[in-house]
Amino acid sequence: MTMTQTELANAAESNIDPTPIVLGPWALVWRKFRRHRLAMVSAVVVIFIYLVAIFAEFLAPFPTDQTSVRHTFAPPQPLALFVTDADGTRFRPHVKGLKMEIDREAMRRSFAVDAERIIPVGFFVKGYEYKLLGLIPANRHFFGPLDPRDPMYLWGADRLGRDMFSRIVMGTRVSMSIGLVGVAVSLVIGVAMGGLSGYYGGWVDTLIQRFIEFIRSVPTIPLWMGLAAAIPLDWPPLRTYFVVTVIVSMIGWTSLAREVRGKFLSLRGEDFITAARLDGLTDREVILKHMVPSFSSHIIASLTLAVPLMILAETSLSFLGIGLQPPLVSWGTLLKEAQNIRSIIEAPWLLIAPGSVIVVAVLALNFLGDGLRDAADPYSN
Amino acid sequence: MRGFLLRRLLYMIPTLFLVSITTFIIIQLPPGDYLDALAADMGEAGVENTAVMEALRQQYGLGQPMYVQYFKWMKGILLEGNFGISFEKNVPVNDLIWDRLAWTFGISILTLMFIWFTALPIGIYSAVRKYSVGDYVATFFGFLGLAIPNFLLALVMMYVAFKYFGQSVGGLVSPEYLNQPWSWAKFVDLLQHIWMPIFVVGTSGAAALIRIMRANLLDELYRPYVVTARAKGMSEFQLLLRYPVRVALNPFISTIGWILPTLVSGEIIVAVVMNLPTTGPLLLRALLVQDMYLAGSMILIVSVLTVIGTLISDLLLAWVDPRIRYQ
Amino acid sequence: MTQPTPIPTEPAPLLRIAGLKTHFFTDDGVVKAVDGVDLTVEPGKTLCVLGESGCGKSIMARSILRIVDRPGRIVGGSITYRAADGRSVDLAAMSPTSAAIRQIRGSDIAMIFQEPMTSLGPIQKIGKQIVETILLHRRMSKAEAKETAIEMLNRVGIPRPRERFEAYPFELSGGMRQRAMIAMALCCQPRLLIADEPTTALDVTTQAQILDLIADLKEEFGMAVMLITHDLGVVAEVAEDVAVMYLGKVVEKGDVYSIFEEPKHPYTRALLESVPRLGVRHAGRLPAIEGMVPHPLVRPTGCPFRTRCRAFMPGICDVHQPELQRQGRTDVACFLHNPVPAHG
Repeated sequence: MTMTQTELANAAESNIDPTPIVLGPWALVWRKFRRHRLAMVSAVVVIFIYLVAIFAEFLAPFPTDQTSVRHTFAPPQPLALFVTDADGTRFRPHVKGLKMEIDREAMRRSFAVDAERIIPVGFFVKGYEYKLLGLIPANRHFFGPLDPRDPMYLWGADRLGRDMFSRIVMGTRVSMSIGLVGVAVSLVIGVAMGGLSGYYGGWVDTLIQRFIEFIRSVPTIPLWMGLAAAIPLDWPPLRTYFVVTVIVSMIGWTSLAREVRGKFLSLRGEDFITAARLDGLTDREVILKHMVPSFSSHIIASLTLAVPLMILAETSLSFLGIGLQPPLVSWGTLLKEAQNIRSIIEAPWLLIAPGSVIVVAVLALNFLGDGLRDAADPYSN
Repeated sequence: MRGFLLRRLLYMIPTLFLVSITTFIIIQLPPGDYLDALAADMGEAGVENTAVMEALRQQYGLGQPMYVQYFKWMKGILLEGNFGISFEKNVPVNDLIWDRLAWTFGISILTLMFIWFTALPIGIYSAVRKYSVGDYVATFFGFLGLAIPNFLLALVMMYVAFKYFGQSVGGLVSPEYLNQPWSWAKFVDLLQHIWMPIFVVGTSGAAALIRIMRANLLDELYRPYVVTARAKGMSEFQLLLRYPVRVALNPFISTIGWILPTLVSGEIIVAVVMNLPTTGPLLLRALLVQDMYLAGSMILIVSVLTVIGTLISDLLLAWVDPRIRYQ
Repeated sequence: MTQPTPIPTEPAPLLRIAGLKTHFFTDDGVVKAVDGVDLTVEPGKTLCVLGESGCGKSIMARSILRIVDRPGRIVGGSITYRAADGRSVDLAAMSPTSAAIRQIRGSDIAMIFQEPMTSLGPIQKIGKQIVETILLHRRMSKAEAKETAIEMLNRVGIPRPRERFEAYPFELSGGMRQRAMIAMALCCQPRLLIADEPTTALDVTTQAQILDLIADLKEEFGMAVMLITHDLGVVAEVAEDVAVMYLGKVVEKGDVYSIFEEPKHPYTRALLESVPRLGVRHAGRLPAIEGMVPHPLVRPTGCPFRTRCRAFMPGICDVHQPELQRQGRTDVACFLHNPVPAHG
């Protein structure tokens, strides 16, 4: 039903036969999507995450490779907004300093909060040099300690004293973009194969379907591991990145191809396609003007649902040490630091911080994709 | 039914062939062959063993064209059950892998059971009580299960078990039982350990299956035949189980086909984290040191067994659903 | 008792529906699918409920057995069923999942549906589905139930019933499936058979066979039949009583001869005129009913048919709701015949 309550009420009052207002298909999709509250929230989260990925350098207070021997495994320092002293309470964002204590018997170091020392935190502070969007040279950062040499480990430090927060922010770019690039690769292969399969049918269809079945029946992780392990360690990071993306997208395209094929098959028999063909449209026109628009919303939904799969795949491979390699920072390579139980016990933030970020990102993408899929069929109830 | 069986078996042949080719390509991917590396090592160690090297070269057809190497490799496997030797450990691959493969598939199958026994009732509940609190809870945990990668869940569980319960983590039995013969106590100890990998590997699969079951059942719940059954005077529970659930089970059974590969995959990665005596750690190690015949054999066997598992699920489906049998 | 009973000598009806309202509470608003239906089904007679698609006749039928799917529910009225032992029960007051209503479903009142293709369980054998119904309501051994089922399949004209007992629905043609459906509905010898457009999905020759079969079985078992249809031909063929529905209301009811010979409601008249007749020459096109059925969420005020009525009287039809009243040989709800209430 395409009328709202008020329109109906008005129509009923004015005693005329209401003429339903005809909305375009995209408007219907949007209308249905808007009702999906969780998906709307997720959309905002996803947009936020991608903004973080784009402006990562601006948001990360420290360079990802800045080490500090004095702060290995430093625990997270909570950010406080107000300072209370003799002059009263003032707004002054800061973190407390850290004191190192050495337990001589256990030969271990531990950190304690140094309540005396206040490290003031400011916004738009000067820090390391970078290029915004890869073009504009800049050295301002969204926030950071006023003195860049002061420690500020919001989410703790790793075994080399590197700031986890900055590394996770920078890792967002790699991990989230692998999802997008991987999906783009899947899209091209999937739509091409699925389209061929569904439009021509016959032996082309059989061949492609068998091939897809083959790929799906093979356990992915061993296959990925085999392929990824073959990447030479001395390759430049960018090439490794690209090859890992291709490996990861090798699986994603099959479900997309199946979906496209299914849609082609069911649409081929639809009356409006027959009508378009009888109107004398060429194959190309039928496909582009009538078939593609009628399933593009489904494709978008499937693509959204494929992104988190790619992210998880990359994370798994990098975690095993056969995906992306340092100095590339991704969520997977970050988790690799938390591989054994001893380091997790000693520094739980190594696991918790990147782990929660992954879960939030994947959840948001899943909810978004789910909402899109529901909305993609605006005519069903 | 016999025609169906025959057709499915025939379909398997090209699949298996492709699997072997893919594995072979993976074996060949790293530059150089392992014998070169081995020869270099031996040369450094001052050992000259040209005769052994030459025999190995002969056996695997190294240095000959690709198809000859593939042919020799397959011949060894198919005719003699010889998967080659692990260059790193210098023992036949056969001696290393079967124990571990048995554990991998054992855990995978147990996980499949776990998934079924959780996903079926929850999925049915979710569909029948659509939009109830229980449905929302199930949906939320379903999404959470899908969002947490296996290895991350494994790490978190190990952390929790260690920190709050002081339980030894990793492995399938406690260290003191490691080299003991099987006994009741060891079995109990195994049960205390094995639930964790099963839970970890199964969570995402169960989450996915709950969603599938819910969607399938929702598709069936409002079909005319359900109304017919209700009009006959059947009770809601009776008719639910006898008609819509029975039909919605079909895709459920066919999931063995796609879920088994993911379970095997998941088991492998979780095994690395939890240090289980299964295929995972061995495969990872073999890949990292490029012990390619060992790695290749494992990928090959795991894939072939998964393909067979898929076949079994197809047959089971045909047995359960007459419509497929008669197609 | 101010309401005089029309014909006091008439035997008590098998089923009396009074003021039945079944509404659907959707996200977009309340759809009043059935909005005040009055009907009676006499024992051993065939009542045809006639109306366009969407007029609520199916929902009315389903309300009797209490198998209306959510978000629909009965919000008013009563459905009084007189059981074999003479006691009366109000089906509308029962819980749709209670054991009492389940006892009546399939045993006292059985139903067959429009879609023989999808109304049988797709992956269970036909015989098993019939035996299941018998065992629900009769104390019998499985073997006896099987013999009864085969006997029933034979009775509804399924050739080689013993083989068909083992068949799956997808192995049978549409006509055969509808016969199997009838066998399943009648296997417990119900006192009322509700047939919801049982022939719509079938081809014309099969339609006639199925209607004949229902008529034969009605005589044989002495049951009443409520046949829901939009097909006037079906009505003419099998009906004894007719009720015409429009937008969730009965607008006219009476015996089939009175309705066909002397239709009173403009809607009934329009329906009858839109059917081609042998021997009658129409100049040009067949007359059709003007306009469209209103949107289900926008019910016209007053008489529901007024937006399409040729005899629409402004100030009366859009202000007052006509009640069903006896006028001559039929009951009709129209101000052309009924007195207009003084103040609305």
